[in-house]
Amino acid sequence: MATEFNLTTHVEVDHQHDHDHEHHEEGFIRKYIFSEDHKMIAKQFLFTGLLWAFLGGAMSVIFRLQLGFPDLELGFLKPILGSWIDETNKLDPNYYLALVTMHGTIMVFFVLTAGLSGTFSNFLIPLQIGARDMASGFMNMLSFWFFFAASLVMFASLFLETGPAMGGWVVYPPLSALPEAVPGSGSGMTYWLISMALFIISTLLGGINYITTVINMRTKGMSFSRLPLTIWAFFLTAIIGLLSFPVLFAAALLLIFDRSFGTSFYLSDIYIGGEALHHQGGSAILYQHLFWFLGHPEVYIVLLPALGITSEIIATNSRKPIFGYRAMIGSMIGIAILSFIVWAHHMFVTGMNPFLGSIFMFLTLIIAVPSAVKAFNYITTLWRGNIIFTPAMLFSIGLVSVFISGGVTGIVLGNNALDIQLHDTYFVVAHFHIVMGSASFFGFMAGVYHWFPKMFGRMMDAKLGYIHFWLTFIGIYLVFFPMHYIGIAGFPRRYYSFTSFQAFNTFADLNMFISVAAILTFTAQAIFAFNFVWSIFRGRKAPLNPWNANTLEWTTPRLPGHGNWPGKIPHVYRWAYDYSKPNADKDGFTDFIPQHIPLSQTPHSNLEYENELMQKQNVTDDLKVNE
Amino acid sequence: MLESNYTMAEEARETLAMHPQKFAMWLFIVSIVMLFAAFTSAYIVRQAEGDWLFFELPSLFWSSSLILITSSGTMHWALVSARKDNLGTLKLAISLTTLLGLGFLVMQFLAWKDLVTNGIFFAGSQANPSGSFLYVITGVHGFHLISGLVFLLIALYSAFTYRIHAKNLTRIEMCATYWHFLDILWLYLFGFLLLNN
Ligand code: HEM
Ligand SMILES: [Cu+2]
Repeated sequence: MATEFNLTTHVEVDHQHDHDHEHHEEGFIRKYIFSEDHKMIAKQFLFTGLLWAFLGGAMSVIFRLQLGFPDLELGFLKPILGSWIDETNKLDPNYYLALVTMHGTIMVFFVLTAGLSGTFSNFLIPLQIGARDMASGFMNMLSFWFFFAASLVMFASLFLETGPAMGGWVVYPPLSALPEAVPGSGSGMTYWLISMALFIISTLLGGINYITTVINMRTKGMSFSRLPLTIWAFFLTAIIGLLSFPVLFAAALLLIFDRSFGTSFYLSDIYIGGEALHHQGGSAILYQHLFWFLGHPEVYIVLLPALGITSEIIATNSRKPIFGYRAMIGSMIGIAILSFIVWAHHMFVTGMNPFLGSIFMFLTLIIAVPSAVKAFNYITTLWRGNIIFTPAMLFSIGLVSVFISGGVTGIVLGNNALDIQLHDTYFVVAHFHIVMGSASFFGFMAGVYHWFPKMFGRMMDAKLGYIHFWLTFIGIYLVFFPMHYIGIAGFPRRYYSFTSFQAFNTFADLNMFISVAAILTFTAQAIFAFNFVWSIFRGRKAPLNPWNANTLEWTTPRLPGHGNWPGKIPHVYRWAYDYSKPNADKDGFTDFIPQHIPLSQTPHSNLEYENELMQKQNVTDDLKVNE
Repeated sequence: MLESNYTMAEEARETLAMHPQKFAMWLFIVSIVMLFAAFTSAYIVRQAEGDWLFFELPSLFWSSSLILITSSGTMHWALVSARKDNLGTLKLAISLTTLLGLGFLVMQFLAWKDLVTNGIFFAGSQANPSGSFLYVITGVHGFHLISGLVFLLIALYSAFTYRIHAKNLTRIEMCATYWHFLDILWLYLFGFLLLNN
């Protein structure tokens, strides 16, 4: 326990010196709305992201009703969906496509990109590297408001006469380019493109800030080889985003020109009702190349932050150093680089030259190596650890589980010969919902449970957390595992109904089962919603370091103010994973030694190289050294 | 509170740090590079598919390139003057740069007009993607040049209100970096178009 005192004493040393950063009261608007404080912006991203998650989830329930119970009367949904339910009390097929499209767009971009990175990069980067705030608070604020504007536009598109975009989250032309193809390709698609353009600006503003902050604003001693893996993950995610989102912007811009200005970048030889359109010489495949050049890195933009969060939580709650810290960084860098050269595995069946396909297959399968390294490192960290099953820990272990099950099917899909059968079937849906959807969602939830005390100064209820975890964990496997079988049998994705196909009738029961499981899993999230909201106001007050973790954020006061540390910023003397270090007790520590404890204070537990390191850096009076 | 368990500690190492704003500016430039990398690779991919209209690039691009290169020169002149606290030449040089930038935009616009008279259209039934790409690439570059002009105007304003001098160079340095980048970007694009035509 002695250590906890250390934490507070070290930080609150000289109150007098840092006046400009504390307690100047701000008005309501500056504090809660147009805030430039990274913690408030993180919460804004969190709330917006969670709202979107519930909306996106509710959409999936509706189309699952259609798929599982094709004969069900949906008249009772009329008050919510209005004309999306037709006269026969069935979901209008066009709006089925709209729901699928919106569900995908919302989940991939608004929840798992903005919600996840936006929340945790903003919240944790300054707190864990020891900075007062982001490099530019103003850009950070803009980043949120661009996201918010994107959200509003996307939300508004739901209420359009012709409906929102209906071309799938990948919005392939010509379907997305021609209003004659599907009603949603009219103004719905225009709204979609405007919203995504705003979204890309938001992501770039955020990403530039994250990278700048990580490189330039670290506290003394926080070298790259001491950065917590969370920060490494957010940092690499931001770099991937910076390199790939502009490409999506280019793709979208050309699509806008095709749709609204009559160019032919993606369109050619199209006849509608026997009439030839004027578009000549475009290439629809070109769009796919541009889209997937973003699209594949995007899946890692979604996943890496979740992996970073998991690394931190698993090490902390196994009370063991993370296994293979450098290997973890190396594999994240490997994944980041490889993610740019595999995009064509989404296009194996576009008539691509089979030889080229084999090259992309080879590159794709190589990604399995760094992915497996990460999975092994998680397991070896857990191995014989002193595991504490907090809800965050359960979600992190759950992430490891789904990451493995989904990765294995990725290897199947990565083979260009097998993909001929499996492409655009429910097998793909199963693959990415497990490896991307569930894994990132679990990382998101793990992060919320773990850092809730730092965000709101209160604890979430652990019992409700356990119930939430088990229902979700079992639920997602029940939903997505059977989809593999349906997919192998050849079920195409994005079909409104299968009742007219003899071959698929045998799967009616399985589809019904999936739908029931999906509804139950979605309902279970209400437990989380309740726990979250209730704990913000009524949760038990959080101790300063509830999980006995090493990283810097736990050296701040219970509710850090503007500038994060009331006194000077702590310096860093060791990596973030000194858990259960031998002989720590002789130095007066329990099973963890936080990052800001100097090596000279822990002579008994220092390793040989740490002693050498310490000799090289003059031992001086710390209090004078600080500015 | 002062008497923590330790008063002695080894010195924590300084971390690497650059000027955050300048650094962010470089990252912004990276994102623009990626945007044009996307356009030019799309150009190559599309060209490889055939049905591609080849045509002469407007000769005005040569003069506009010359203007832009000159403006980079005057921009550098402005920077050097600011460093030497020559506020008079600084004002002159920035104003010249702005004018040359405007001149470049006018030239680009005239080049577009030339294209139209030669039957190379942006859109419509007579347009070929090769022409459309040319308009998009020059247009998006022009758009960024306008953003560069706004930056220049801000610098111009600061220069006339004496907020740029040898001790306050950040703004003009960033402005110069961005302007030179836009210049190099144009030269790359022009070279790319020449090579692929
Ligand atoms: C071992 C690693 C992986 C391999 C070899 C792999 C391979 C593939 C392949 C070949 C496809 C295309 C299937 C098709 O459309 O026919 C695919 C789809 C997809 N993968 Fe993976 N994958 C891997 C890991 C991941 C990860 C980690 C994520 C996300 C975090 C992910 C997300 C997706 C998504 C979202 C799609 C479907 C996109 C769509 O068509 O809507 N994959 N994967
Ligand atoms: Cu992929």
